[in-house]
Parts: sequence; C-alpha cells; structure tokens
Amino acid sequence: MSGGTTTRRPFQTNWLARAGWLLAFLYALYAANLLDISWERFLIGLDNGAKFIGEMVPPNFSRWQLLLGNLIETIEIAIIASAFGVFISLPVGLLAARNLMPAWVTWPFRTFIALCRSFHPVIFAILFVKAVGFGPLAGILTLIFASIGFIGKLFAEAIEEISLKPVEALRATGAPFMSVIVYAVLPQVLNRFIGFSSYQLDANLRNSTMVGIVGAGGIGGTLFSAFQRFDYDFLAAILISIIALVMVSEYISTQVKKVFQ
Amino acid sequence: MIQEKLWQRFTFAERLSRFAVFLGFAVALALSMRTVQIIPEFLYDAPTQVADLLGRMWPMDFDYYPQGVHATMMETLHIASLGTLLSIFMAVPVGILGANNIVRQPLLHWLSKLILVSSRSVNTLVWALLFVAVFGPGALAGTICIAFRSVGFVGKLFAEALEECNPGPIEALQAAGAPWLSLFLKGYWPQVAPAFWGIFLFRWDINVRESAVIGLVGAGGIGMVLDDALNLFFWDRVAVILLSIFTVVIVAELLVTAIRKRII
Repeated sequence: MSGGTTTRRPFQTNWLARAGWLLAFLYALYAANLLDISWERFLIGLDNGAKFIGEMVPPNFSRWQLLLGNLIETIEIAIIASAFGVFISLPVGLLAARNLMPAWVTWPFRTFIALCRSFHPVIFAILFVKAVGFGPLAGILTLIFASIGFIGKLFAEAIEEISLKPVEALRATGAPFMSVIVYAVLPQVLNRFIGFSSYQLDANLRNSTMVGIVGAGGIGGTLFSAFQRFDYDFLAAILISIIALVMVSEYISTQVKKVFQ
Repeated sequence: MIQEKLWQRFTFAERLSRFAVFLGFAVALALSMRTVQIIPEFLYDAPTQVADLLGRMWPMDFDYYPQGVHATMMETLHIASLGTLLSIFMAVPVGILGANNIVRQPLLHWLSKLILVSSRSVNTLVWALLFVAVFGPGALAGTICIAFRSVGFVGKLFAEALEECNPGPIEALQAAGAPWLSLFLKGYWPQVAPAFWGIFLFRWDINVRESAVIGLVGAGGIGMVLDDALNLFFWDRVAVILLSIFTVVIVAELLVTAIRKRII
C-alpha cells in the first residue's frame, strides 16, 4: 500500500451546468432585447400598476346581482361541459389505447385527441362562437373539446399501463369484448379516471371564466367589458369572486378525491 | 348450517358517500341543463355555419406566412421561453417557502399557498388583460403575464418535489455545519434537479400554447395577428395562422417528450 494521499474534492464543479446557466442568461438578454423589454418600460409600468391597484380598491360589489348571475352561468357551463366531456372521453380514451385496439383504430382517435389538445380553448371558443353564435352554448362546446383532449389522453395512457393478466384470463374464458372491458379493464383504471374527471371539472371552471372574453358566455364577458370601461373597482370584485369560486371548487374536488381513494 | 356471508368491497359509509357524490353531480347537471340559456335555433344552424367557415378558410393564404406570421411566431416563442425563465426566478423562492420540510413557519406557508393559488386561478387571458392595462400592449405585458401565470404551477410542483426529498444527505450536511445555501445547493438541489427540469419543460410546452393566444387581448405574439385576421374576416389567413400554431405546438411537444426521456 502506498501512502500517497489522493485529494478528492467532495463537490466537483460542474462546468457543463455553469455553461448552461450562462447560456440561459445570455438568451434572456437577447430575447429581452428582441422583444423590446427594458428596465425603463418596466418602471413606467410599475407606476401605472400602482395607479391601477389604487383604482381597484375598494372592490365594488354593488352590482352583485349581475355578478352572481354570471357566476352561476359560469358554473353551469363548467358542469355541463364536464359531464359531456367525460362521457365522450370514456370511449375515445378506450379506442385510443394501443394495447387494446389495433393501430388502424387508435391512429384516428389519437390524432383527434392531439387536435383537441393542441389548440388553446380560446381558439376553439372563437370558432364555436362563429359556428353557434354568442352565448353559453359556444362555451360548453369549447370546454367539451378541451375535456376530451385532456381526459382522453390521460385515460388512454392509464389504460396502456394496466396489467394485461386479467384481460387474458377473461379472454381465455371466451368472454365477449364488452365484458373484457367492463370486468378486466375498467376496474383497474376507474379510480384514476374519476381523479382526472374531478381535475377536469376544476379546470373547466377556470377556463369557463375565460371563454366569455371572446363571447362564449359566463363571467368572462362581464370581466372584459369592465376592463374596456376602465371599471376597475368592479373588476376587482369579479376577480375576487373568481378566485373564491376556484378555491371552493378545489376544496370540493379534494373532498371528492378522498371519497374515491 | 353455513352462515351466508356477503362480501363487499366498500363499507356502507363509503358506498353512501360515493352515491352522494354522484347524486350531487347529477342534480347539479340537471339544474344546469334546465336553466342554462341555449337558443336551439343557433344549434340547428351550426352545420351551415361550419360549412361556410370551412369554405372561407379554403384555400389557405400561404403567401401570408412569410409576410405577417413568421416574425410574430418567433416573438411568441420568445415570450414563452423568457416568461418560463422569469417564472423560475419567482417560483423557486415561493416553492421553498411552501415546502413544509424546509420552512416550518405556518404563516410563510400560508403566504406561499396564497401566491400559488391566485396565480393558478386567474386565467392566462385575465393575467394578460391585467398586464396590458399596466404595461401597455406588447411583448413585455405578454412575458410578465406568462411568468405570473406559470409561478403557481411551477411553484406548486417544485414544493412537492422538495417535500419528497430524502432527508439523509441533508441531515449529513447539517451535521457537518453547512450554511443554508450549501445545504440547499448540495443537499436539496441534486435531488430535485431532474424533477425541476421536467417541470420546466412541461411548463414551457404549456406556455407555447398559451402565448399563442394572449395576443388576442393585445399582449404580443401571434395572437395579435390572429385577432386582426379575425376582425377583418380574413378566414384564409386565420387558417394559415391556426395551422402554424398547430405545427409549432406539436413540434414543441415532441421536443419536450424527447428531452424528458433523456433526462429522467
């Protein structure tokens, strides 16, 4: 044994990581320059922001009837859209699962799901407002498509992860296709499906506050017109009620998840 | 005599609460269906309207892409990336405050939770409206809007990742008397780094989608061109813009999936 001491630094410098951070920093400078973002503009903005917040307090709840009516419409849009979205995404998700279906079935459904997912709900809302006119119906249709995109994808992935043993066992007994689905596939994924659905109800509630901005019903329309009329104290009231609504719905969905655990 | 035993998966209380959830949802749905204001004539008219829409969209005005769309598309991507980077700087402290194995102050927890929830419950478009009112129309408002909206998501997931950290290395560092910064950089950070980059990429992917629409309310990016085309009823241009958004979103998603596979 040689008595030579080998010094080993405990924490080696990771030059690659440092270079990465430097690169990110340089990119940020470049992009900020390109987008015409400057410190002066930011400071002017802060000044405006102070004025803006000054006009927002105190929130003006005097038109609470309008506010309440809009909130109820928002909730209705979210509930109807979630119900239809969930019912449609159940078969869509099943048909898009690659371990149960042949490729020629999954491809069209996977494309459909990708299409639903890749556009922001607002874009769908614009197209549906053109197709079915202003009002909650356009909002409902928008959120149905958004729900299919989200639940359909996650549900298909959940099915692709199931254990295939019960499926084989049922097939070996000669069970028809529907029985295989109901007794071998669904019991393995139903809990997760309910989890996705309650999450989507939450997400739909959030999004249904927004589709109104392009005229698809709900509280978004009122919010947008409050902005355009510089009615900032009423705006603060709307924002507070939206945040409260979302917090309540998050609480409810946590409770629902507990029930189904 | 053999006693009959009925096997049940759930207790009575469990079944009752499950039933209550379904019943509650069914009642809410029925009430909503009855009171929501839908004009059926509009629905019957929909196929004609859709046919009209598609007829106006085709043929697409591809020449418009190099003239008006490409530059704003790049702007959109920059807004998304810069906004995500900015959100990290805000989300890391908020996430640390929210992780209950690092900070044991209930008040700070509550503060962090409040920031995270309000960031997430206000929609991107609403954030965009707010910041357009503050900073004026343009990419600055868009970038800050994307950053503020992402804080809730990144911060929440980062806090959860921190809470799942293995306490062993951290206790070892504490025993050696490491200062707080070293504790974080050498104890927590190596454990959460893969999750962190995963969250970052995931959020960037979402932000590409979102920054494509914030322009509709004036916050820069391709949405502003889309808004113009919609207001002028240039549906052939709208089709080109939608197609380019679709392509970019799909490419971003494929890219993120590929990188995530390599780092996780």
